[in-house]
Amino acid sequence: MKEEIIVVSNKMGLHARPAAMLVQTTNKYRSAIKILKDDFEVNAKSIMGVMALAAGCGSALRFIADGPDENEVLAAVKSLFESMVD
Amino acid sequence: MPDKKDIVFKGVAASPGIAIGKVFFVEGDDFHPVCREIPKNAIETEKMRLNNAVEKTRAEFKAIYAKIDETLGKNYAQIADVHLLILDDPIMKKDVYKLIDCGINAEYAVFKVVDNIVRSFESIENDYFRERKLDIQDTGKKIIGYLLGRQRKNLASLTKGSIVVSHNLTPADTMAIRERLVKGFVTDIGGKTSHTAVVAQGLSIPAVVGLKVISSQVMTGDIIIVDGNKGEVILNPTSETIAKYKREFVVQSEKKKELEKLKDLLAETPDNHKVLIFANIDNPDEIQSVLSSGATGIGLYRTEFIYFNRVNMPSEREHFENYSMVVKMMSPYPTVIRTFDLGGDKLTKIGLLNVEQEKNPFLGLRAIRLCLKYPEIFIDQLKGILKASAYGKVKLMYPMVSGVEELCEVNKILDEVKRNLKKENVKFDEEMEVGAMIEVPSAAMIIDAIAKEVDFVSIGTNDLIQYTLAIDRINENVVNLYDPLHPAILRFIKKIIEESHKAGITVSICGEMAGDPYYAPILLGFGLDQFSVSPTQVPEIKRVIRSISFVDAEKISEKVLKCGDRESVLKIINATYA
Repeated sequence: MKEEIIVVSNKMGLHARPAAMLVQTTNKYRSAIKILKDDFEVNAKSIMGVMALAAGCGSALRFIADGPDENEVLAAVKSLFESMVD
Repeated sequence: MPDKKDIVFKGVAASPGIAIGKVFFVEGDDFHPVCREIPKNAIETEKMRLNNAVEKTRAEFKAIYAKIDETLGKNYAQIADVHLLILDDPIMKKDVYKLIDCGINAEYAVFKVVDNIVRSFESIENDYFRERKLDIQDTGKKIIGYLLGRQRKNLASLTKGSIVVSHNLTPADTMAIRERLVKGFVTDIGGKTSHTAVVAQGLSIPAVVGLKVISSQVMTGDIIIVDGNKGEVILNPTSETIAKYKREFVVQSEKKKELEKLKDLLAETPDNHKVLIFANIDNPDEIQSVLSSGATGIGLYRTEFIYFNRVNMPSEREHFENYSMVVKMMSPYPTVIRTFDLGGDKLTKIGLLNVEQEKNPFLGLRAIRLCLKYPEIFIDQLKGILKASAYGKVKLMYPMVSGVEELCEVNKILDEVKRNLKKENVKFDEEMEVGAMIEVPSAAMIIDAIAKEVDFVSIGTNDLIQYTLAIDRINENVVNLYDPLHPAILRFIKKIIEESHKAGITVSICGEMAGDPYYAPILLGFGLDQFSVSPTQVPEIKRVIRSISFVDAEKISEKVLKCGDRESVLKIINATYA
């Protein structure tokens, strides 16, 4: 099990389009991956979960991955957030 | 009231007459699924039904995606991506499956899960994120829509004298509408031969369809005028307009009375050529309007209604009761009962059958093709029809015949059913005539061979035109190409009549074309024996027949047959009316 804390830095936050991109990314990997925001936990492969996080700009998200490609999925998520600018 | 102004919408005149009344609005996608218990052994089927609906929803979203991509670009199209992701969302799938496993029907399971998720969104403070619940709701509604076969909450709460306005009315909707309650029908989509139009004509209720946007412009309770003659709808009419329409209503009632005087006269031309005018009905409720129209028989008793709004297959007894009632009331006049003309998709949607969804149901497993594949359904209907034949004059008609082999196969089933009834000493008419509906171009082409196998034929012009011209008559983009006067159609009709007469059998037309007075002289001239029309059109067609000589009609028909294009046909007909 690996984890990574990522701060949402784009202005609009994790709105529909970035949420879709995130879910599309996580679903490419076999590992289970969840997101914790404060004490609210959602499945990072669920678009509804990610949208329900309502993660605005500045929110700190804890990504926890568990599975055969846990390192890869976290790296992919990290680079996705880095590329997000709106 | 100050500043009141008529708002006029133009559409397609689907059923004649004028109605003034209050709108009863039927929502386009407001589904309220009910919770049903699913037996253990049906749970897998229920999951399949869900998956089917999800796949259809996916296809719809993908089409939308492609359109957005094309017009607005990739960035916008990614918003549509959200819908697709919701469809595949593990929460959605897992929770819905869980409920189905507990024995809850798919539509209610989806409704419940979506409702729960949406509720969790409601507490989000940020407006933007809270509004995402709409995406989830939309997706849920789409799936439920497909599961329900787009059946809406029924129209049981209709108030007296209302005018029903909706984006579209499904056969199940229109079936639920009680004759005496509704004054008029108004819909966004549909054409002259759409289901709503056919039902409205059958019930003698004015209807205007194909209005495109009307459903988004009205609210329940608005005052509206439906002009089914001109194909117009007037929203918020001024008092002058209302007065004008009230006067017109009186004038038309007078005209109707004039036509009623024709009721007991023969459908005979001045030079003594006689034809028969029969009526088409969709359900037994219409029998009174047939009897008062002066029709001398029922040329098409559509039996699909028996299959709507129910959860199990109709029994032989239900078939019998629905047929014998009509047959008795029509006696001594004949009733032509057409075996059911439904697609497997429709029966699956209402949950009576479980066949694979088809891409193109109009070209798919429907009518007698379905009967041959599922003979047990067909046999119950045949028994009901045969038993009813002991109570009056019944003729049996098969829809969608495309070749001789099919006819032979269905007749084999019929013979078997007859043999069994005989063994059980059940009374029925052993001489009951059997006919074929000619609506597939292949059957029209080999009509000489078909005519040898049957006692009569009836041309279903609606489908014959649709199949010959390759026009989907509910597709708004091509409906303008739907044309009864296409020379190919006229020549087909002539050929069918000529060859059938050679074989010594009679020909009827039971499509919309027979009920339009404009076409009556040509059809008369072709030698058509029987016009089967909606009850409201019976007097009008009789009036035309009684006003034109057969010799003249034959001349017009000969000229028309030589035409290769619509314009020339129109010229000839218009000269007749001049």
